[in-house]
Amino acid sequence: MNRPLIPDPSRRRFLIAAGAAGAAFGFAASAEAAVSMGPYSGAPAFEPSLWYSIDAQGVVTVNVVRAEMGQHVGTALARIVADELEADWDKVRIIHVDTDPKWGLMVTGGSWSVWQSYPFLSQAGAAGRIALIEAGAKMLGAPASACIARKGKVFAGKRAVSYGDIVAKGGLRTGFTDKELAALPIKPASERRLIGGEFQARDIPAKTNGSAMFGIDAKIAGMIYARPVLPPTRNESKVVAVDESGAKGIPGYLGHLVLDDPSGTVPGWVLALGDSFIAADRAVRALKVAWENGPTAKVSDADLEARARALIADEAAGSLVVADPGVEAAFASAKQKVEVEYTTDAALHFQMEPLNALAFERNGVFEIHTGNQWQSLILPTLAKALGRPETSIVLKTYLLGGGFGRRLNGDYAVPAALAAKALGKPVKLVFTREDDTLFDSFRSPSVQRVRMAFGEGGRVTAMDHAAAAGWPTEVMAPFFMPKGANDRPFDPFAINGANHWYSVGAHRVRALSNDLANRAFRPGWLRSVGPGWTNWAVESAMDEAAHATGQDPLAFRMRMLDGTGRNGGSAPNAVGGAKRQAAVLSRVAKAAGWGGKLPADVGLGLATTFGQERDMPTWTACAARVRVDRKTGAVQVEKLHLVVDAGAIIHPDGALAQMEGAALWGLSLALHEGATFRDGQIQETNLGAYTPLRMSDVPDLRIEFVDSDHAPVGLGEPATTVVAPAIGNAIFSAVGARVRRLPIRPDAVLSALKTA
Amino acid sequence: MAKFEVNGRSVQNRGPDDAPLLWVLRDELGLTGTKFGCGVGQCGACTVHVDGQAIRSCLTPVSAIDGMKVTTIEGLGAGGVHPVQAAWVEAQAPQCGYCQSGQIMQAAALLAANPNPTDAEIEAAMDGNLCRCMAYVRIRKAVKLAAGRGPRRTGTRKAEVRS
Repeated sequence: MNRPLIPDPSRRRFLIAAGAAGAAFGFAASAEAAVSMGPYSGAPAFEPSLWYSIDAQGVVTVNVVRAEMGQHVGTALARIVADELEADWDKVRIIHVDTDPKWGLMVTGGSWSVWQSYPFLSQAGAAGRIALIEAGAKMLGAPASACIARKGKVFAGKRAVSYGDIVAKGGLRTGFTDKELAALPIKPASERRLIGGEFQARDIPAKTNGSAMFGIDAKIAGMIYARPVLPPTRNESKVVAVDESGAKGIPGYLGHLVLDDPSGTVPGWVLALGDSFIAADRAVRALKVAWENGPTAKVSDADLEARARALIADEAAGSLVVADPGVEAAFASAKQKVEVEYTTDAALHFQMEPLNALAFERNGVFEIHTGNQWQSLILPTLAKALGRPETSIVLKTYLLGGGFGRRLNGDYAVPAALAAKALGKPVKLVFTREDDTLFDSFRSPSVQRVRMAFGEGGRVTAMDHAAAAGWPTEVMAPFFMPKGANDRPFDPFAINGANHWYSVGAHRVRALSNDLANRAFRPGWLRSVGPGWTNWAVESAMDEAAHATGQDPLAFRMRMLDGTGRNGGSAPNAVGGAKRQAAVLSRVAKAAGWGGKLPADVGLGLATTFGQERDMPTWTACAARVRVDRKTGAVQVEKLHLVVDAGAIIHPDGALAQMEGAALWGLSLALHEGATFRDGQIQETNLGAYTPLRMSDVPDLRIEFVDSDHAPVGLGEPATTVVAPAIGNAIFSAVGARVRRLPIRPDAVLSALKTA
Repeated sequence: MAKFEVNGRSVQNRGPDDAPLLWVLRDELGLTGTKFGCGVGQCGACTVHVDGQAIRSCLTPVSAIDGMKVTTIEGLGAGGVHPVQAAWVEAQAPQCGYCQSGQIMQAAALLAANPNPTDAEIEAAMDGNLCRCMAYVRIRKAVKLAAGRGPRRTGTRKAEVRS
């Protein structure tokens, strides 16, 4: 599966640059690019991906290229460096850097940050430790082999010299060769002093006193405000005329701008301008804009579903992501078969900070001040929009008032930049909540068909899964799409999850791009991406199959999580393979009292996934306990129990926070969130109609981590993937009603009860 | 022209009297700790205190607070750390943090009026504050931590008024 690149430390040199202010440590570009960019040819050769520095006072500054959006990522990454470096945590500072080609790829998503960074951050820290011990040993007049490093000092017995004094004196070696790097001693788990301990996240205090700076808080003298007047369709609308007569009397109104966008990012856009946000906001309501509607202006959910079904029905369509031989033969000779369709409605990001960007040119450089998750993706688009090279554009870094994948797509920065260029002055673009929703790159609605064939004793002999949805990666980052077995590209973030670790005999997974969806809106990556809805199908189908063949849903799954063949796993990320998934599943079942007696209309449901992708499995299992009201169809989730095996945990309290939030996201998407696409637009534009989970909806939540020294993997999203199917399966267990659409609405439960 | 106090300082609004307090705080007074979320009073990110009561500043025109005292997140601790803010750090409640000013102001008003709320009272008071990171488990924990810590006040202390 394709993804942004794990740097390969074995092919890099590590440099130490001493200067007047201290010493800087980092990986250097080598003649050979240190990372393979796969099919993405637009990237520069790898340059230093991480620099940390130590000054003469011994302060360690760690540069973090990942965006802070609630995961406390800077704390976790700095902790990895500091542990290997044997730094004094109280003297570690964290900087979230602005864009610069020297940082290489800048993206924060996929639950990748810790997983991708751990190997080379550990190595960087270890290299610094070795260099400091060597230099410190000379100052202490002792052999390096007799010295150790602890808490920012090098010790020879009881005598010590601080890192600050070592750096101030100079004499550190200048680098490590590839060979030396590869031989560096990374500490065993038993020697970790900072990783895995109890500590507070560094970003939190500023988030409790109003001093934290989010993109929306950015300002500069002389800036004017803008709010968009959005066209009737996301793509392909054109402005015909603007009547501003109603806006002219608004105090502070500064006119309007019809955007001319060479990058094609914001077609049909008009901006209302004002000397305050209030003025721009009021002008939007007063401007009358006539558009030539895009061709998708009448597209609605039913059209999207019909297109998805037609694609699924055409067996020749789509990309084959898993393509074992013998699928049709297994179905032809099956003792029993099931075929089921699952659907999911659109889901919105609804990050609390509405989209915004401040743009202006200063000293020949175009500055964009905004929170963003994938700076490397939007920079080329900004260059095209502004007609200037990427090297003269910089994205300044701010906290994100929620990412959840919305800010992977930096399209909102483009109109601010275009306006600042056109007007020759700083422009602060602020979306209202309604604007933000209408311009969301929401999670596409989906349709999936699952077929399973059974042989003797209810053994699964084949599984055939087809999934159709809008593909965010095709629309925004096609260079990230790998090819399937039939040589056609597919969006991994719209199918991951279907390529599961169950041994199901002949397995086929077909990914289908809903071209009508891709045209009618801009599909987005939403927290847990594909696995957030493919597992709704996989894990619901597993339950349906167990019941259809008269097997216990737990035993049925355990039998297939046998760790054979390609499901055996491999080092370093998937040691143990499906056996580890079986372990979290059996543990959660036991903890939740699987098989015990329950009151009437109360049910327990199970689901298990491998998190985000096969190359980075986060073994996750959930047991949901629900109570169903047979009269109203209302589902009350009483308890969610989750067990996760994510390898070694760097920041245990942060990891727990991510699990809590992700699990509640799963619950919210299962019961509370679903949007309607009608006449080319999302209909639920604010909280009156779109209703994410609130505090009073929170059930009893129990989360357990498996103790592990395996490679650390991702935690930001996996819990989101298991909750909805666990709830669906619990509803069936409670009242015998099978629901197959997300979100699960009371009327769907009532109608399923009639056929139960 | 509405006159009011913000964190102990006198303010005279120079813009339109129907301007929402939120934007006057953020854009005129530079108090950006109060956040814009939904604009319709349903997310709670813009919560501030007016004469000690938690209100949604995005829906409150400045004309409605003439002569009143406003406290924002920046003025809550009054030069120190308010017990609710301390509890928020102890519980490690914030994730992205964007809603947290509003959550904290809502909780501080709740505890000033009801120092030992039940779970149901906490939910009733806090349900209007959306946390999109869904950090609710810790927000509830933080409210309870703060509730266990004796008297508190949400007004502005004298030291702040002089500063």
